[in-house]
Parts: sequence; structure tokens; C-alpha cells
Amino acid sequence: MLKIEARGYESKFWRYASPILALLLTGATSGLIFVAMGRPAGLTVYTFLIAPLLQQDGFQALVVKAAPLIMMGVGLSLAYRANVWNIGTDGQFTLGAICGGGVALAFPDAPAWALFPTMLVVGTLGGMASGGLVAWLRIRFNANEILTSLMFAYITQYLLVYLVTGPWRDPEGFGFPQTALFSDNALAPRLIEDSNVHIGVVLAPLIAIGLWFMLEKTLLGYQFRVLGQATRAARFAGFSENRLVWIAMLISGGLAGMAGLLEATGTLGQLTTTLSPGYGFTAIIVAFLGRLNPLGVIPAGLLLALTYLGGDAAQINLGLPNAVTGIFQGILLFYLLGCDILLLNRFRWVSTQAKAVR
Amino acid sequence: MNDAVNDAVKAGPLLTMTGMTKQYPGCLANDRVSLTVERNQIHALLGENGAGKSTLVKTIYGVVKPDAGEIIWEGQKVSIQNPGHAQRLGIGMVFQHFSLFEALTVTENIALGLGSAEERVGLRDRIIRISNEYGLPLDPDRVVHDLSVGERQRIEIVRCLLQNPKLLIMDEPTSVLTPSEVQKLFVTLRRLAAEGCSILYISHKLEEVRALCSAATIMRLGKNVGQCVPAEKTVKELAEIMINMTLHAPTPRPLTASVKPPRLVLDRLTIRSPHHFGTDLKDISLSLAGGEILGVAGIAGNGQSELMDALSGEVAAGKPESILIDGVAAGHMGPHERRRIHGCFVPEERNGHGAVTTMTLAENAFLSGFVRQALVRFGVINTRKTSAFAENIIKRFDVRTTGPKAEARSLSGGNLQKFLVGREVLQDPAVLVINQPTWGVDAGAALAIHEAIMALAEAGAAVMIISQDLDEIFVLADRIAVIAGGRISAPVLKRDATVESIGRLMGGTTATAAAPGEMALA
Repeated sequence: MLKIEARGYESKFWRYASPILALLLTGATSGLIFVAMGRPAGLTVYTFLIAPLLQQDGFQALVVKAAPLIMMGVGLSLAYRANVWNIGTDGQFTLGAICGGGVALAFPDAPAWALFPTMLVVGTLGGMASGGLVAWLRIRFNANEILTSLMFAYITQYLLVYLVTGPWRDPEGFGFPQTALFSDNALAPRLIEDSNVHIGVVLAPLIAIGLWFMLEKTLLGYQFRVLGQATRAARFAGFSENRLVWIAMLISGGLAGMAGLLEATGTLGQLTTTLSPGYGFTAIIVAFLGRLNPLGVIPAGLLLALTYLGGDAAQINLGLPNAVTGIFQGILLFYLLGCDILLLNRFRWVSTQAKAVR
Repeated sequence: MNDAVNDAVKAGPLLTMTGMTKQYPGCLANDRVSLTVERNQIHALLGENGAGKSTLVKTIYGVVKPDAGEIIWEGQKVSIQNPGHAQRLGIGMVFQHFSLFEALTVTENIALGLGSAEERVGLRDRIIRISNEYGLPLDPDRVVHDLSVGERQRIEIVRCLLQNPKLLIMDEPTSVLTPSEVQKLFVTLRRLAAEGCSILYISHKLEEVRALCSAATIMRLGKNVGQCVPAEKTVKELAEIMINMTLHAPTPRPLTASVKPPRLVLDRLTIRSPHHFGTDLKDISLSLAGGEILGVAGIAGNGQSELMDALSGEVAAGKPESILIDGVAAGHMGPHERRRIHGCFVPEERNGHGAVTTMTLAENAFLSGFVRQALVRFGVINTRKTSAFAENIIKRFDVRTTGPKAEARSLSGGNLQKFLVGREVLQDPAVLVINQPTWGVDAGAALAIHEAIMALAEAGAAVMIISQDLDEIFVLADRIAVIAGGRISAPVLKRDATVESIGRLMGGTTATAAAPGEMALA
């Protein structure tokens, strides 16, 4: 008989081994699904996780995809550590792109030194405003941020659809739901010429390191951690819960807004209805896969970015539906949360016979 | 089974356990422990925290599966599978830590523990009847969230009594009761025992054990170390078997004349409780001089936690001047600012209030120490200094642990309490307020905490102890006040107080609250 038994302490080994186990289980399970769909399992996993990196510029594509995921994942790990459950980063991402993109559309001829930095600030502020609204609703009306932030994600998505099919639609765009292309001055600066590798690729890990330092080494970060683990102890110490909820929502919202703006100006060069292929929701998986540790979020972001590329590759090479990306990510989150039982518990094989003899 | 055998079984002990062994990761909690509970017996299980008492009784209740050992219940060898099985056998248990749903009412909580719909019929009336019968006043319709620790415990006791058990296990049941309530509970327990329900009684209060129990099994470090008839031993002897060392009782303090200027003044402190059924604080006026220890006695749920929150700054007082620390109006200050003007506090609940259990001792030392110990520079935590502060607490207060990196939850209750009291005492407070200094703490740790409190007062601090343990108050306090219904009685000198007079005030019947504005004995 298999028995689950409390360890009585948190296992250091499983703290790091549990996400790896989750990955292996995800690989095995998705392999089974592919077999059921009549594809050889090995080939599919290869197509998904290895082939994209072997393509020309595969690595560049990977870091560009990973940048927004890391930015948002870092913000989320901070918020989640404080028990602030912002799950609407997708909306904050979109609003950041809308606000910053609006600036680009209004002042296409502004000089380069002014336009992009302004857009970056306005985009970040847009995300902060969206996050701040959620914080205000929680503090003022005790409204659950899980619900409000998710609802705002949908509202923002429809706002984007309205703008790009209505007032902001490109008159010369043959009726496609998209804005005019941003002027060159409005595009995110490139690190490598003639590529999509934009400034966000460096910003994301720098932000991760900065917030790791903040969370682990500063008084503010300590306050987040105490609040997340014991609300009453935070009150006893004199930390204001409301203030921390505000800061957590503003940081996670602002980073999402910045990521959205960088995505719009770094890879798309315009606003379209398909601005975010669910980046905000994938960032939740990134945060958990990274153990809610900003440094862990960096490899986690790269891995999830790979699943996006792999999904494209599987679609093109194997004719699988694009939904496999979502399935893969969903299975991963499932196993991630499931494997965490090993942190505080262990499995033990108890022989029923041996027990009877005793 | 024929009648002769049946009679033989009835004559035998109710419960016999032999060779009980339970290994936890890194800790042998029970090592070949034996226990025999006779019929109609009130049997004490004594031992320090961590001696393995809880593991043993959890085994009886089916919560813990032993690795080895034999349990004979009413003459039959049994393997108790789970608490439901234990209840069907006739074993009930009142845990030290309650398992109640905070959002549900008393009746709903009790209903959840019952097996079938039939058992729920007329439940509310039965709760009222039993709680009246046994002197455990309880409003069945109140939500648990708003109840005090004492009231919550009454729910657990009533919940067990509803099942008509043959063996009732009680883990530290009296720590939240008044002397008269304790006496009433003892009447209840003696009657239950006479009616055929044996009782396994776990307590640190040796005086109680001597008064109540007819047999005792003493444990230390997971093993049996003695069996005795408690009444034949002195409290000192019992304690010495328990902790295996010779005890020096703290000498009662000489009364200090309060001629020094007051360090803590409460002036008509009035706060409405934010909770539905919380206790409002009404017109609380007190004055506390340096070098003085004031004991605030009272039954759980009479405003103690509200008073603690008001003093620590977790809840702001109505007017700034209603709380003066060293003459500074502190009523509107938060906990930070109060610490800055030398106020330090130890709340009642260790887990999740005074300490974050999942954090290390160093991080917990930082929790309330970072202001006064200057552990932050430019917003960055000084890890080295924090660790040194934690190390100092551990050393000075003999906290048994592996070091500042140990998680708080790895410590026993007594050791964690020593750490938390030490954390505040070492910050050199002008005013120290402690709620329940030694609740659920073993005798050795309690002694250490009492000595630290007295030394602090000796050094000139004003100390307020809020406690439901009258023995503790009489050992420590210079003056004693009673909190009842959110009001505080005028403090009396200890030599003028008796357990009876204080007990009467705790009941609230003849409470003479300090008149508004009247400074009691400045």
C-alpha cells in the first residue's frame, strides 16, 4: 500500500527536484497524447523541444519570446509571494501596449530620443493603472483580486478589439483589424541589426535580478514575504497590508505593461487583435515553474517560450493543431502544482502483510 | 463470549498500551511506552513539551499509526484505524489546538463532526443542555471566528461529551479557564469518571493534577520515566521527575514601592471592537511605573486580545493621549513607532502572529527587532547583524535549536516562546506587554521566562502581563487587575489580593471598574 507521510519539514532536495520531475512527467504525458493522435512520441517531443533551437536564428527567436514572459513572471512571483493573486497580467500587458501604442500613433513624427522612452513610460503606467485599479477594488471594497484582475483582462482585450477595428484602424490596411505601422522612431531599439532582438531581451533578466535582490535582501521584500506567510505577523511587525497590496499590484501590472509595449514595438511594429497569444496566462506558469523566485523565472521563461516555438514547429512539420501548446502548458502547470506535495510529504511503500505480523 | 469472560473483561483495565513506538523523521517520539488506564479513573499524563505525550494520545485517538506496540481496549486487542474508529470504540478527545471552521457557527461545527443526519436532530438543544449542565456556557448560534480561545475550547469539550465516551482524552484543558471554571470542570470530570467514563488528563499544571488525578504516568524524551499517585508527591517532586533536574522555585518578588514616574499610562482607553462578537474596551485607565509588574487576570475572551492589539499598535486607539509611553502620546502610533519609543510586545499566539513559522529564527528576530536593533540600512537588511541578534537570543535564553538558520516551526512551543520573549527583552524595552507568557509551555521554559520578566522589571522596565493563569500572576505581579467585559478593575497590591477575590472579579459579577480618569495608585 502506498502511503503519503508528512515529513514535518520542507525538503530542500524536492524544492528544486520537484519542477524537474514535473517536466519529465509532462514530457511523458504529452508523449502519450501524441501517440494517441497517431504520431511517434519521440519525434513529437523532439519537434517540440529541440528542433526549434536548431533552426536558423532559433536562439534569437527564443530569447525574444522569453523576454515578456520573464518580465511578467518576475512581477507575478513577487505578487504571489505576498499572497496577492494577480492573474490578469494578460490585460495589463494589453493595456500597456494600447497606451504606449496610442502615443506612437498620435506622434509618429516625434524624434527618436523622445518617442520610444515616452512610450515605454506611458506603457508601463498603463499597466500600473490597470493593476492599481485591481488593488483599489480589493482594498476599498474587499473585492477578490483573482476575479477582478481576470475580468479586466477580458475587458482590455475587447477594448483592443474595439480600437483596432474602429477608431485606430489603419485606413490603408485593407480592412484588416490592425493599426498603421509604427514609425521607425517608435520601435524598440535593436541589439542585433536586422533582427527582432530588442532591448527587452536585456531588460528582462536585469529586472529579474533587481527584483530578486529586492525580495530577498531588502526590508520591502521581507514585508512581502511576511505578508504572504502570516498576515497577523505582518500586522504585529507594523507592515501595512494595504500598502503592500498596492505595491505588488503596481509592480506586477507595470512590468506587464512594459512587456506589452515592448512586444508591440519590438516584434509587431503595430497593434493587432492577436497582440498576446495568452502571454499573461503563460506567465503564471512561468512564475510557478520558477518557484516564485525571480531568478528561477529566467530559465522558466525560456522553457515556456520554447513551447510556443515548439507549438509552431509542430503545427508546420507535423500538422498538429495549435492547441497543443496550450495542452502542453496546462499539463505542465498541473504537474508543477501536483509535484509540490513532495515538498512537505513523502511516499512510502507500506507492506500490509508486514503490519499484520507486528 | 460467555458471562464469566465478560465479567473478567469488565474487571480489567479499560485501556492497556505496551511497547508503543513511533519514529518520526529525525525524532523517536515514542520509545516502548506503556500506559494503563483503569475504569472510572482520572489518569494524568505528565511530561515536558516534546516528551511524546501528544504522539501517544494521538495514537489512542487513531490519528497517528504506531510503528510497533499493542493496544488492548476493554480486553480486546485493537488496531485503531482513524478517529472515527476511535469514536465508535468510545474514545473522545479534546485537542490542545482546536479543529474548528472559523466561518461556521458553534452548532454547525459540532454537526460537522457527527456521522449521520439522525444525530443532528435536536442538536442545538442538546448543546445548550450539556453546556449548561457542565458549566460550559456557549451560545450555539455564534460564529467561531468571533470567539475567544476559551470559548473555542468549550466547543471541543461539548463536542466530545455529546458522544457519551468511555474514555475522554483532554490535552491541556484548563489553561483558558478561571479558577471557578476549573473547579466546575473538575466537578464535571469527577462526575464523568464516577459514571464510568475514564479520563486521560494531560496538563502542565501539577497542582491541578494533584487535586484531580488518581494516577499519573510521567514521560520524558519519548520514554516512561515514572508512575505515581500524584497526591502522594509534591509539585516540586513531580516537576523534577518530569524534567530530570532539581528546581529552584523563583522567589516571590519583594514589593516595590511605586514612587518612580509612570512609564505606561492608559487614560480612558476606549476602542470598539471591529469584530461582531469581539469585546469593546471601555474606559481603561491604568498607570504603570518603571520596575513594576502588573498582572492582568481574566477569563479568555474578556478583552485581553483587544487590549493587546491596542497596546501593540495593531489597532489604533481612539485618542493619541489615551496611551502614553514614557509620556509620549502613542495612541495613534503604529507598532514601528511604538517600538522606536521603547515599547515591546509579545502576543499570545506564537504561530503566525508573534512568529512566522516557515521563516528562520534570524528572519523572526528581524520581525520585531529591526527598528530597535537598526538591522536595516538604506532599505537593505543587514544579514550579519540580524543573525548575530538571533544568535544572542538563542544563547542568552537557552533556546534549544540548531541555530539562527533553523525554521521557527522546528522548535517546540516552549523553545519558540523563549525565543520570542527573549527577542523583546533583549531590545531593552521601557514598557513590555506580554499576553499569556507561558501558555502551552513546559515547566523549564516557563521558569526561564518568569526569571527574564522579573530581571527586566528589576532593571527598570514597566511590565504588563496579561494571563489567564492565576498562579503565574501571583508569582510575578506586584499589583493585580482583572479584565472582565472589556473593563479593567482597579489594581490591588498582591498582598491585598486572594485567589478568591480575584476569581470573583474575573466572573465579572462584582467588578468594580476603575472610575474614568481615576489613576489607580500612581
